[in-house]
Amino acid sequence: MHNLTIAELAKGLRDKSFSSVELAQHFLGRIQRLDKTYNSYITITEDTALAQAKAADERLANNDDSPLCGIPIAHKDIFCTTGIRTSCGSKMLDNFLAPYDATVVENLATTGAVMLGKTNMDEFAMGSSNETSYYGPVKNPWSTDCVPGGSSGGSAAAVAARIAPGATATDTGGSIRQPASLCGLTGLKPTYGRVSRWGMIAFASSLDQAGTLTRTAEDSAIMLQAMASFDNKDSTCIDHAIPDYCASLNNDISGLKIGVPKEYFGEGLNPGTEQAVRAALEELEKLGASIKEVSLPHSHLAVPTYYVIAPAECSANLSRFDGARYGYRCESPKDLEDMYKRSRGEGFGDEVIRRILVGTYALSAGYYDAYYRKAQQTRRLIKQDFMDAFKEVDVIVGPTATSTAFGFGAKKDPVAMYMEDIYTIATNLAGLPGMSIPCGLVDQKPVGLQIIGQDWDEARMLNIAHQFQRATDFHQLAPQGIE
Amino acid sequence: MQWETVIGLEIHVQLATKSKLFSASSTTFGAEPNTQASAIDLAMPGTLPSPNEEAFRFATMFGLAINADINKHSVFERKNYFYPDLPKGYQTTQLAEPIVGAGIVTVQLEGGSTKDVRIHHAHLEEDAGKSLHEDFHGMSGIDLNRAGTPLIEVVTEPDMRNAEEAVAFAKKLHSLVTSLGICDGEMSQGSMRFDVNISVRPYGQEELGTRTETKNLNSFRFMEEAIEMEVERQIEVLESGGSIRQETRLYNGDTKQARSMRSKEESNDYRYFPCPDLLPVVLDDAYIERVRQQLPELPETKKQRYIEELGLSAYDADILSGDAATAQYFEATAKLSGQAKLAANWIMGDIAARLNQEEISISQSPISAEQLAGLIARIDDGTISSKIAKQVFESMWAGEGDADSIIESKGLKQVSDTGALEKMVDDVIANNQAQVDNYRSADEKKRPKMLGFFVGQIMKASKGQANPQAVNEILLKKLNDQ
Repeated sequence: MHNLTIAELAKGLRDKSFSSVELAQHFLGRIQRLDKTYNSYITITEDTALAQAKAADERLANNDDSPLCGIPIAHKDIFCTTGIRTSCGSKMLDNFLAPYDATVVENLATTGAVMLGKTNMDEFAMGSSNETSYYGPVKNPWSTDCVPGGSSGGSAAAVAARIAPGATATDTGGSIRQPASLCGLTGLKPTYGRVSRWGMIAFASSLDQAGTLTRTAEDSAIMLQAMASFDNKDSTCIDHAIPDYCASLNNDISGLKIGVPKEYFGEGLNPGTEQAVRAALEELEKLGASIKEVSLPHSHLAVPTYYVIAPAECSANLSRFDGARYGYRCESPKDLEDMYKRSRGEGFGDEVIRRILVGTYALSAGYYDAYYRKAQQTRRLIKQDFMDAFKEVDVIVGPTATSTAFGFGAKKDPVAMYMEDIYTIATNLAGLPGMSIPCGLVDQKPVGLQIIGQDWDEARMLNIAHQFQRATDFHQLAPQGIE
Repeated sequence: MQWETVIGLEIHVQLATKSKLFSASSTTFGAEPNTQASAIDLAMPGTLPSPNEEAFRFATMFGLAINADINKHSVFERKNYFYPDLPKGYQTTQLAEPIVGAGIVTVQLEGGSTKDVRIHHAHLEEDAGKSLHEDFHGMSGIDLNRAGTPLIEVVTEPDMRNAEEAVAFAKKLHSLVTSLGICDGEMSQGSMRFDVNISVRPYGQEELGTRTETKNLNSFRFMEEAIEMEVERQIEVLESGGSIRQETRLYNGDTKQARSMRSKEESNDYRYFPCPDLLPVVLDDAYIERVRQQLPELPETKKQRYIEELGLSAYDADILSGDAATAQYFEATAKLSGQAKLAANWIMGDIAARLNQEEISISQSPISAEQLAGLIARIDDGTISSKIAKQVFESMWAGEGDADSIIESKGLKQVSDTGALEKMVDDVIANNQAQVDNYRSADEKKRPKMLGFFVGQIMKASKGQANPQAVNEILLKKLNDQ
């Protein structure tokens, strides 16, 4: 059962090959057996899963036609779940129970999806390797010596290890696409404003966006359909028509104009990765697309711009974690300042503290113009690069990450780690949708192909990805040793 | 040396919206601690602000009322600092692009002159909660009921030159926001709080002196006292060769003492930046026009109408139009009684005195506008004299019913019946022959004064109910033709 995609599981449920309860039990059993190795879950919600599965079976008996009804999924532990711990990968929230569901959680529950548990992640989504989690690193199912990527490393490892058919995730600078690339999955970060951020713990509000980690483009389409909604609880959520994402999956892509940014093939790109990406582009040409080189001249500014804006926003977003109302509070504080200093000093890990400090500095009197204001200006230039490119091409395609999964502790220098997202960060700064799909293996580790679309163009991106997956079988490859 | 005082004000005006600026929690004053605080107000992780449209409408109304520019594009920013009653660790406020731009408020001063106070801008922001330091045994309690309540902060130019002008401006602003209905004006509940920036400089000097800011004054009297005390302090410091430290100060109205709270060096770097959870607020001309159409009558217009249509003096009109509740009470009384002038006299006289005495507002008056109009009508139609009216007023204040029933039950009706009055006059003349003779032999000039004795006797005999005018006429007739 666990090798089936969401679309196939939905069919199986309706064919009565298995019930939702059996499905949930099967995945819960796999989690029990296998996740000691991967550490992809922080919390397993067995009772909720079985109750939801039972309810789903009743709906299915009444011919419910929602494709996610009865399908087990996992939620990144950044999404608040009523009465179930939402840790955000941090000691700070190890004891935190939200009295509300994130809109994403609510939307998926409404369609009848079954929650298996909450997945591991870099602390407060800050990291590209899942090594900053308070709950320990996640291992890449393709090579347990390697990281799964981050920050949505738990969601990615769980889907790659077939201990969740699909998972929610979030992407602030590449946190869906880079783990998708490193774990051989299909990852989709929608347009900023497509999916509500209500109940999703903020890292950098103007960049954060919820999306999906699945094995196929079709499964991404199914999940996005359920997650996307206009939500007046999130002022940055945009009331834009939601198309039927599955309806256009089989469209012919001949005539598609693909732009390949020359800046994404420069120094630092692993030759094996480049080869796989170039081969994938040839495959797309065979499907009728035309390839054109384009330029995104301000690409080199994306990482520095991001590492001003994201820390600046996070420095304010994380101020609420002060030990006063919920979350971690230090032992016997002697006064208010002591409570603040020790609660935050002890509750946050090093990477989170580093980013809060960087952001606080960037916003300080006398530095604001040089850093924050300048970063907002370069952000506009980066967006303009894409707008210019999209005058000539329909989508932009290139590598997702510079190389395949790396070993634990391989990127101890924070800046080296930050460069992991060199190809994904610009998309967040521009608010554009981005995807990563598997396009090959190098040394038995997956390589991801990135597709960047125009605003609201998720349907076309999913269509391209689906057509690519019909012509190739990279997405069907499974890691060794997952049973 | 002669010193000139320079005063600028920052006023926090709590908007009378039903719910908070970014959440659906109620803003009602006085609820049990933390019963009006939602997950958003508590800054629980993952929560996001949803702006309250009403707050924008109120801010726009204020801007239009002071003839200010309404900024069609305004931006919320985060003002970052740590304090337990500030749950997010930042206050959502406006800085670079506030909703209301520059405007002007004209203030009436005693003695009839006016003063223009320029408004620098007014911005929307959320209030903080409250820290309670008593009753927690060395710890502090936090009440977040107020956290997130919408405010407009009105910032003036340093245009005021003494406490009188500052207080007159403050009262004018109070009158404006209550008349607009955008603030309940309850200063004791913190609905309006004044921060006063004060500096002094030698007369004739252009450059401003170093200023101090006295924060959170919540009564006009405290404001006046605090200004006078601070001006005196600054002059003393400067005259004894010292210099003024830029600092934030607190004034305690109960103990009449002021103290320094923090100096500029200790002040925070607030690291303002645009709030990424909120989009810029964009208002269009049609919206602004719609709000303009719906503006209630402003105090200034009201005052003119009282003078021109109701014949009140400028002084009376100014006082009665100044406060929305008083204006409403006055208009209802004037309309029901048809006697604007009498209504004004009663409201500014007896009603005001009793309200003052019992420290209640006009909306709490035990005599309703309808009841007062009933009393005025009986004076007007001669049923009772002004003197008896005072007696009826006291009974009404004590809750004994309306004027008619009190006049009836106490038998206070004025006697105007000529037959009855003639009988009384005849009795008095018969019983006071000596005074009658004196009167009749006195010359014309002295007679009016001597008449008072007879009137007094008759009023006494009638227990004050005789119609004085009728009594006068009959007396004159009987005394003069012998």
